[in-house]
Amino acid sequence: MSITEILFYAFSGVLLVSAIGVITARNPVHAALFLVFSFFNSAVLWILLEAEFLAIVLVLVYVGAVMVLFLFVVMMLDVKIAEVREGFTRYAPLGILIALIVVAEIGSVVFVKTLGQEVTPVTQVAAEAGYSNTGALGELLYTKYLYPFELAAVILLLAIVAAIVLTMRRRAGLKQQDIGAQVSVRAQDRIRVVKMPPVIEGGEKQS
Amino acid sequence: MISLNFVLMLAGILFALSVAGIFLNRKNVILLLMCIELMLLAVNFNFIAFARQLGDLGGQVFVFFILTVAAAESAIGLAILVVLFRERKSINVEQLDTMKG
Repeated sequence: MSITEILFYAFSGVLLVSAIGVITARNPVHAALFLVFSFFNSAVLWILLEAEFLAIVLVLVYVGAVMVLFLFVVMMLDVKIAEVREGFTRYAPLGILIALIVVAEIGSVVFVKTLGQEVTPVTQVAAEAGYSNTGALGELLYTKYLYPFELAAVILLLAIVAAIVLTMRRRAGLKQQDIGAQVSVRAQDRIRVVKMPPVIEGGEKQS
Repeated sequence: MISLNFVLMLAGILFALSVAGIFLNRKNVILLLMCIELMLLAVNFNFIAFARQLGDLGGQVFVFFILTVAAAESAIGLAILVVLFRERKSINVEQLDTMKG
């Protein structure tokens, strides 16, 4: 058994334990932190599976951005833990039963399909020197998958716009620009010429 | 040599755990979102395992897109959740029955 295999088995065990932590944690903050831990373990496993770029993206994007967003929201909302955990034990047997069925189905398919045949990688992409996972992925992304890549950018823009529009609120009494009024203003609205009789300074006293 | 079967089983167990998590935490919308993230992670494991097995980087490109969509999804989901909490003062799924679904 090579060191890669030992590391892989160890980290997958930790990953499963932290996933159990996510679904059973009493406090949502603990669940979010367990999820961070499981993402981190997955990144390690992806490095072992020769997907180095995606592992780094997982750590940067998920652990660095998405989970921080989750933690923000969890801490911002005042969640009553006792209230949302009411049905926890009631639905536990059903949940565990369905989880076991899913595992049994996937397991049977995986093992029946590969029964009696040795599964080895067709090509060892990382074998030659100077191979870069990031470079190969980028080459593919900007040639064959260019349009999906651009679509992904549009989806991210959509997410930005949607999140901002959803959470923006107008408070009463808040002073804001009225852009329509600003654009449609004319010069004669700005300046008002007032006709006044001339007043001589100190004129009243002399007469 | 890490076998494909092991990775597929790991992804399957992870997916089953997140399905169980959706059943267990069915009142708490934040935990439901977290379980969906965990499910997407399990799917990504399958893609990466097969990309390595077949020597085809297309699988890794798909993982990239799934990560993008999942990030967008969780950003919008959390925004909706914040608005919902502001309106209803609760994230209990049982109380979110305005639409009588």
